[in-house]
Amino acid sequence: MSINFLQPEYEVVRNMDRCITCRVCERQCANEVHHYNADLDRMVSDDSKCVDCQRCVTLCPTNALKIVKTNNCFKENANWHTSDITDIYRQATTGGVLLGSMGTPKEYPVYWDKLLINASQVTNPSIDPLREPMETRTFLGKKDATIHYDKDGNIITKTTPQLELSTPIMFSAMSYGSISYNAHKSLAMAATKLGIYYNTGEGGLHEDFYVYGPNTIVQVASGRFGVHSDYLEAGAAIEIKMGQGAKPGIGGHLPGAKITEAVSKTRMIPQGTDAISPAPHHDIYSIEDLRQLVYMLKESTNYKKPVIVKIAAVHNVGAIASGIARCGADIIAIDGFRGGTGAAPARIRDNVGIPIELALASVDRRLREEGIRNQVSLVVGGSIRSSADVIKAIALGADACYIATSALIALGCHLCRTCHLGKCNWGIATQVPELVKRLNPAIGSEHLVNLVTAWTHEIKEMMGGMGINSIEALRGNRLMLRGVGLTEKELEILGVKHAGE
Amino acid sequence: MNKYLIIGASIAAASAIEAIRKNDKEGSITVIGKEPYAPYCRPLISYALLGKTTFEKMPYRDASFYKKMKAKLILGKEATSIDKAKKQVILDDGTRLPYDKLLVSTGSRPFVPPMEGLDKVEKKFSFMTIDDAKSLEKELDPEAKVLVVGAGLIGLKCCEGILAKVKSIDVVDLAPRILPSILDDKAAARVQDYLEGKGIRFFLKDSVASFTKKTATLKSGTKLTFDLLVLAVGVRPNTALVADIGGTVNRGIVTDDCCKTSIEDIYAAGDCTTSHDITSDSDKILALFPNANMQGEVAGNQMSGGTLRYDHAIAANAIGFFGLHIITAGSYIGDQLDLSTKDGYKVLFTKDDHLVGMILIGDTVLRAGIYTNLIRKQIPLSSLDFEQIAQQPRLMAFAKKDRVSMLGEKR
Amino acid sequence: MKRVYVEEDWCLACHLCEYWCAFSNSGKDNMVAALKNKTIKPMIQVEEGDKINFAVSCRHCEDPICVKSCISGALSIEDGVIKIDKSKCVDCYTCIMACPYGVLMPNEDEGIMQKCELCTPRGTAPYCAAHCPNQAIIYEER
Repeated sequence: MSINFLQPEYEVVRNMDRCITCRVCERQCANEVHHYNADLDRMVSDDSKCVDCQRCVTLCPTNALKIVKTNNCFKENANWHTSDITDIYRQATTGGVLLGSMGTPKEYPVYWDKLLINASQVTNPSIDPLREPMETRTFLGKKDATIHYDKDGNIITKTTPQLELSTPIMFSAMSYGSISYNAHKSLAMAATKLGIYYNTGEGGLHEDFYVYGPNTIVQVASGRFGVHSDYLEAGAAIEIKMGQGAKPGIGGHLPGAKITEAVSKTRMIPQGTDAISPAPHHDIYSIEDLRQLVYMLKESTNYKKPVIVKIAAVHNVGAIASGIARCGADIIAIDGFRGGTGAAPARIRDNVGIPIELALASVDRRLREEGIRNQVSLVVGGSIRSSADVIKAIALGADACYIATSALIALGCHLCRTCHLGKCNWGIATQVPELVKRLNPAIGSEHLVNLVTAWTHEIKEMMGGMGINSIEALRGNRLMLRGVGLTEKELEILGVKHAGE
Repeated sequence: MNKYLIIGASIAAASAIEAIRKNDKEGSITVIGKEPYAPYCRPLISYALLGKTTFEKMPYRDASFYKKMKAKLILGKEATSIDKAKKQVILDDGTRLPYDKLLVSTGSRPFVPPMEGLDKVEKKFSFMTIDDAKSLEKELDPEAKVLVVGAGLIGLKCCEGILAKVKSIDVVDLAPRILPSILDDKAAARVQDYLEGKGIRFFLKDSVASFTKKTATLKSGTKLTFDLLVLAVGVRPNTALVADIGGTVNRGIVTDDCCKTSIEDIYAAGDCTTSHDITSDSDKILALFPNANMQGEVAGNQMSGGTLRYDHAIAANAIGFFGLHIITAGSYIGDQLDLSTKDGYKVLFTKDDHLVGMILIGDTVLRAGIYTNLIRKQIPLSSLDFEQIAQQPRLMAFAKKDRVSMLGEKR
Repeated sequence: MKRVYVEEDWCLACHLCEYWCAFSNSGKDNMVAALKNKTIKPMIQVEEGDKINFAVSCRHCEDPICVKSCISGALSIEDGVIKIDKSKCVDCYTCIMACPYGVLMPNEDEGIMQKCELCTPRGTAPYCAAHCPNQAIIYEER
């Protein structure tokens, strides 16, 4: 070992007046930051190991702890930020690609925060959701453009398969392997209770979770991990993952350490080997190839399940979505570049892709212009942080939203962005049994149910304020939005008027 | 309306009253007690002398209990005989009390073997009752030398109770070790060491040949002078009432697992009875507080039409001297496993996949009930991690399903 | 009757239950004041294993053998809760001999036994259950 240029990013601040040396911090830190020092008869910390996950802070019974960002500073430099410098130190030491987790921490514009929602005044009165019915139920799937009658003149109500959602929110793909058994179970239990769906991600479906099948979307990704006929049959819908917002253009890499016996069985790969999802599907090089996969999956499940194609939000997303709509997909999921991940090269996470708001607006417009908007439903994800983001997404043309980071936060995630290290102190992004058990699905699922229930209440209130009593009537209703502080171009892409107009 | 009569204001009486009242709210309950006290626990008398409790705090249940239970206490009277034909009990004052169901819980009395010159000793005491303790307490004096005859539970608890208040204590016992009924030689030696460290002198394998007023000459020839003499040689169960009318007695009154004697409508409980010890599969006098309590409960339940059984009797004893705690249980038979350390003595006895006995002294007594339970419930040792539990009594050693049942189910 | 139940699958051996128990029974209204620089004597104790951990405290048995064994009458059942009258306890250890769960513990400082009496401070669940971060200790009717 030679000289180490890296200094601790965080400092553990312990209020010694409050610390009762109960050692809960020591027992609960998988990063081994805290230690009891018998000579000093007090707790000591190794700041260099702290990832600021806040587990110790949360569990300390006397509130004796806080974690602060170090105020040790490099000489100020408008070009060379501390993070740029330390990244270089890190790479100079390791020679490797920098890895990161969760969504990008960089300051890119968040268009949700520049959009404001309308409310009725005087005419077209607002609706009180506590007194009047408010419909948040949504169906995802192809909608016929025309009404068909049978030979007796009765309307044919049979449609292509649809997903019925009690509220326009779903838990998006997080694979078993990247997240823990208990995190998966929490999502599955909550989706079932809520009448929505969770998504297996690309890691297959643990045999224990087949019971949640009616509320499960099973994913088929480039690695085809855990894909077999029972798996395809188990879910309510099948999602083909072409791309992910956090790492457009590349595949995935689940390190061998996370491939435990149960993960290996579920993924159908040897234990301890790295699970590498190729960047492309090696059988898809054109829209026609994608169409083949879509129909192969439909064929193998007797056309009973809608097929979703998920793509990352990238520059030419409108045209890509048009192609997907024409290749037989029932639902298109678009993942914005602020979306989360269990592990991604930091440069890609922080620099590739486009914001979901712009991608959504342009896809919705493109499909309408082409007259095929009814052929697919649109689901968007990638940092949907609140019910207001959901409302705005729907007003920009989405049928429903995917949430993942929000769901993990509800489970206890503190966004320390070290999922890739596998030692998640909250029992979420880890396969270490002692850590996994920290997430009791009874608690986890209750938190998720509470979160989505609360958002749904808020959605109803905002809809009521707009005088809208059905989420269907909000979809693509851009008149309900106004932009603030946006350029003409941004407003044009979003299809939204500026506030005051 | 049933008439329940209980001879002996004992712990068994108190628990029998409680059990009767669970089944029968109406019947009359009468308790006859020789001593002028409501049921109290006799082992407490040494703690009263030690200052850990007071005579006032000794009643097992406060006065309101008997009122609430509508039980009548006739204290200071002794039952002299039972008229089984008429179903009456005759008291020393000639009163005849009728019964439908009778419980005999007459306990035991001190046994004093004939010893030459004992009548010459003025200050001699038994150590069984509150009155014994009160009269001994009056004579305690920092200058007094005490001779205790008997190194059993009663004699040594008496030593603990009075040591700080007297000049010295000598203990004589015929047995080769102290606490012969609960300890083996090795364990007894360890406790004896400890007690000697506190200043008590032991004269074992010896007995008093003769007394004068203030001296005792032992068989070995040793002469001991004393001011106070405590006689704690042993006890004998009070079985006469039942024996006199033809009830089966084999050292103690013989009862079945309903606590019934051989005579119709007569039950017996406590130190006057024999119980079936499941660890040795033999009938024994198990003169121990918890057993009396449980027998009283079963007797009361059976007398009032219940179906409880007393079928898990074991010897189990907790006793301490000057902070050194001893817990023993079961029989010392089968294979011995010695797990003693410098801080504590621990010997476990196993037989046929069961824990059948234990002797724990010192720090090893903590959580001992986990072992007692293995003995009492005859839990197969193959159903748990015996190696682990032998080292340390923990629930962790049980199989998961047993742990879940113990900690997650209604008890 | 509501009792404390343990779900070993969720116990993290964080030992918070022990500290909250000690605090609850300290009579003080501030945990730091109650526990700083003290060796705690909780009435609930965590058994730690290789992979399994769980907290053990009085089960409040319906037919408690400790109460039947107590020679001083210090242990009694009040509305289903097994209580200890510390003024009557003589520290004879008979309850330690009897309890199948090993939950009665001597408190050397006081020279008497101590046990869980299902504290319900401020009308909450017992603190061990109320403050278990992972619902490994549950206070409910079963």
